[in-house]
Amino acid sequence: MDTGTLRLKTGLAEMLKGGVIMDVTDADQAKIAEDAGAVAVMALERVPADIRKDGGVARMADPTKIKEIMKVASIPVMAKCRIGHFAEAQVLQSLGVDFVDESEVLTPADEAHHVDKFAFKVPFVCGCRDLGEALRRIGEGAAMIRTKGEAGTGNVVEAVRHMRAIMRGLRELTILRDEELMAKAKEIGAPFELVRWCAKSGKLPVPNFSAGGIATPADAALMMQLGAESIFVGSGIFKSGDPVQRAKAMVQAATHYNDPDTIARLSEGLGEPMVGIDIRTLENRELLSTRGW
Amino acid sequence: MGGAASIGVLALQGDFAAHARALERSGIAAVEVRRAAQLPGLDGLIIPGGESTALLRLMEPEGWEEALRDFHRAGGALFGTCAGLILLAREVTAPTQRSLGLLDCAVERNAYGRQIDSFVGQGTLRLDEEESEAEMVFIRAPRIRTVGPGIEVVAWHAGEPVAIRAGRLLGATFHPELSPESALHAYFARIASSRMVEAPASTQAT
Repeated sequence: MDTGTLRLKTGLAEMLKGGVIMDVTDADQAKIAEDAGAVAVMALERVPADIRKDGGVARMADPTKIKEIMKVASIPVMAKCRIGHFAEAQVLQSLGVDFVDESEVLTPADEAHHVDKFAFKVPFVCGCRDLGEALRRIGEGAAMIRTKGEAGTGNVVEAVRHMRAIMRGLRELTILRDEELMAKAKEIGAPFELVRWCAKSGKLPVPNFSAGGIATPADAALMMQLGAESIFVGSGIFKSGDPVQRAKAMVQAATHYNDPDTIARLSEGLGEPMVGIDIRTLENRELLSTRGW
Repeated sequence: MGGAASIGVLALQGDFAAHARALERSGIAAVEVRRAAQLPGLDGLIIPGGESTALLRLMEPEGWEEALRDFHRAGGALFGTCAGLILLAREVTAPTQRSLGLLDCAVERNAYGRQIDSFVGQGTLRLDEEESEAEMVFIRAPRIRTVGPGIEVVAWHAGEPVAIRAGRLLGATFHPELSPESALHAYFARIASSRMVEAPASTQAT
């Protein structure tokens, strides 16, 4: 009997497709998210918008918090570890979380190395900005890829940039001749075998989700139409005026993303969205998406 | 209507793309179904794995639950895997939740544990009175705790029923769509196509 194989890891990611994964900071929020139709929750101490505001070192959440959320949620529970912090990842696996997000939203613990994700039974999701970064993380054993976007801004522009880069990178591979693939792998810094696999299939070998600044049903529809297979909503729900209505609307939007009439109806009267940030007003040191490589 | 059965995959949420690929491997074209209005044109519908709580929410608008019951009443075949089985079941526990109540069984959600307890095992299929071994992928899977008198068990793992059938209803706790070969998909296509000979033309909505 096999457990913890890549097929079981990507299998769970397949089950989450066409859905919304919501950041929650306590059991009440987890119940709201599940009742609204979230496919999974991300257990956190602070949502990215607050991490951004508070500053300091952001670490894995207190296990008490994660266990409290696991107790009330019947859907999968994810939790974040710092980039390269394999000991935090070991703790999360020991707690029994269903997915670990090796996340740039937390302060990196290692600026040169990400976690060896093959060493774990629990599946990992990792952020990326382009195809090369996606394939490096998959090469380390990630079972799901998400755009980094710029978390905690309520601004979708970086998620769009990253998703376009991934999808364009994939399309470019499909028109290259076989002998051109090694040079391409070198150029984008990606494992050759994965480059060859993508060139043949035209897609990533693991599910491709989107995160980072998604705040409205139309944002969700935009990312899904650009190629995302599911979306993560971090600060966008519980930092908005009416979290319950917004959460429900986002869930419907991730399914009916190709139907503008439905997106129009879902966008009506949702109350105040979270207050956003223009990325251009952020200093380089304030950017989360440049963490990791 | 003639020729092959028309099979849809409910594409509201979950691994619907994996089901479409499994059908294609058996030479069956699959239709993605996102609107209840698409149901009357089909002979069979697969309800995929995913999160049953999310699927219930997504089925609230458009009267999906009633539409699925009507579809079944009119002779349509239904095949639920994992979350799909949970939706079809008569009774759901851990926690207790609403379901369509079409398939006479009680299922317990996430009954093997969390994701780290998900596993690939070997089990036994008995389809059309022929037994075979099959690989079975269980992901945060439910367990069938009791079955009603009209239920035929068509697959076992470790001595437990893991796939059951009652007429045009088929349900599995595992994910045949994630294995390279799936006899259950071809079996379901046969169940769905049998409707075309048995069901009177008047019950087939257009």
